Amino acid sequence: MESEKQAIEFYLDNRSGVSPYLQLVQQVKQALRLGFLKKGDQLPTMRMVVSRLAINPNTVFKAYRELEHDGLIESRPGQGTFVIRTLADASLASHDELRRSLLDWLREAEAAGLDEESVRALIASTLQQFQKREQIA
Amino acid sequence: MIQALETTQLGKRYGKDWALRDCSLQLPIGRVAGLVGPNGAGKTTLLHLAVGLLEPSAGRVLVFGEAPHSVLPRVGFVAQDRPLYRAFRVMDMLMLGQKLNPTWDMELAKERLAHLNIPLNRPTGKLSGGQQAQVALVMALAKRPELLILDEPIANLDPLARYEFQQTLMDAVAQDGLTVLFSSHLIADLDRVCDYLIILSASQVQLAGDIEPLLSTHKRLIGPRDREASLARTHTILQARSSERQSNLLVRTHGAVLDPSWEVQEASLEDIILAYLALPAGDSFSARYQQIQEVAR
Repeated sequence: MESEKQAIEFYLDNRSGVSPYLQLVQQVKQALRLGFLKKGDQLPTMRMVVSRLAINPNTVFKAYRELEHDGLIESRPGQGTFVIRTLADASLASHDELRRSLLDWLREAEAAGLDEESVRALIASTLQQFQKREQIA
Repeated sequence: MIQALETTQLGKRYGKDWALRDCSLQLPIGRVAGLVGPNGAGKTTLLHLAVGLLEPSAGRVLVFGEAPHSVLPRVGFVAQDRPLYRAFRVMDMLMLGQKLNPTWDMELAKERLAHLNIPLNRPTGKLSGGQQAQVALVMALAKRPELLILDEPIANLDPLARYEFQQTLMDAVAQDGLTVLFSSHLIADLDRVCDYLIILSASQVQLAGDIEPLLSTHKRLIGPRDREASLARTHTILQARSSERQSNLLVRTHGAVLDPSWEVQEASLEDIILAYLALPAGDSFSARYQQIQEVAR
């Protein structure tokens, strides 16, 4: 059982400034969005996550509780915690198309002389402006 | 509600110098608390008062609502520098622990040491630093404490040994739900292990509270310096590093930062602790943190 491959392997970025609990939540959502985690998959037990990451058990508990509250996972007593909903359904189909247009945009950026860092900075600041507009609206 | 540890205006004086002064804090049951602060801030003094090794010069300290010496069977303590008898074999240490502690769990001790591949017949003085730390921790855990107090448990350990030590500790917390208080001057990966933070500086408590609201209400902002004043009307600037045109700020936010001229980044717990340690000491500081906690609620 211990050696069995997990559906998701958590990791922690200590430098990110994102709290560990939020990192776990985001990693599950990310995996659901990209289709790596599917309905019915079992998440590692809290004990397992605690042992692997040397992480505070309350943190894992809090992350799982939030995912459960969001209706994404379900804990079944005596069995474990399972994925009950995925986030990929609607949007996954359009990923290919979006990826293509993003690639076109990246080629344009390269032609205009932007290096990787400039591209990242531009994307980050544009995304931020975009999100703020949504917030104000 | 009964706290695992509660101090009220606790103080310890040596001659005319206060090693700890006006220390009031509460540590709720079930938390894993990091006690941080520069060397000489009074961390060890506070821990020794909590386990009854020292008597207060002022104020009082309660552990599970009682005087420290009357709850000693419920408290595990690992002093600085991994206190082991170097000539004793690991097994001898366990036998000693069993003789001295009525609640001793020999099975748990052996099981954990086996899991860590630490040989029972080796003298503790011949173990690596990391293994000695693990033996000291297992000794404290085998007592089956409800509150575990550790003084600089990971100082002088290499990164891998530190990680393995934290693994054992977190495993025990997951299994037994014990409350932990450990001091450390290493603040790099505290937010992985702790959910509660106590900052001591210059013999006084600067801050005591949950870590999560700290992280969610503090951001690093980078943007044009001439927008600093308008930003300060809504948010609290804790630390500013500014060039002529650009500002790099550590900010306690009150709601979202709406001005798009600021790039908002997450701040690490380390950054936040350092910023607070650099603030002038005293009441203003604790008051500020109390506000944070209230905002977070």
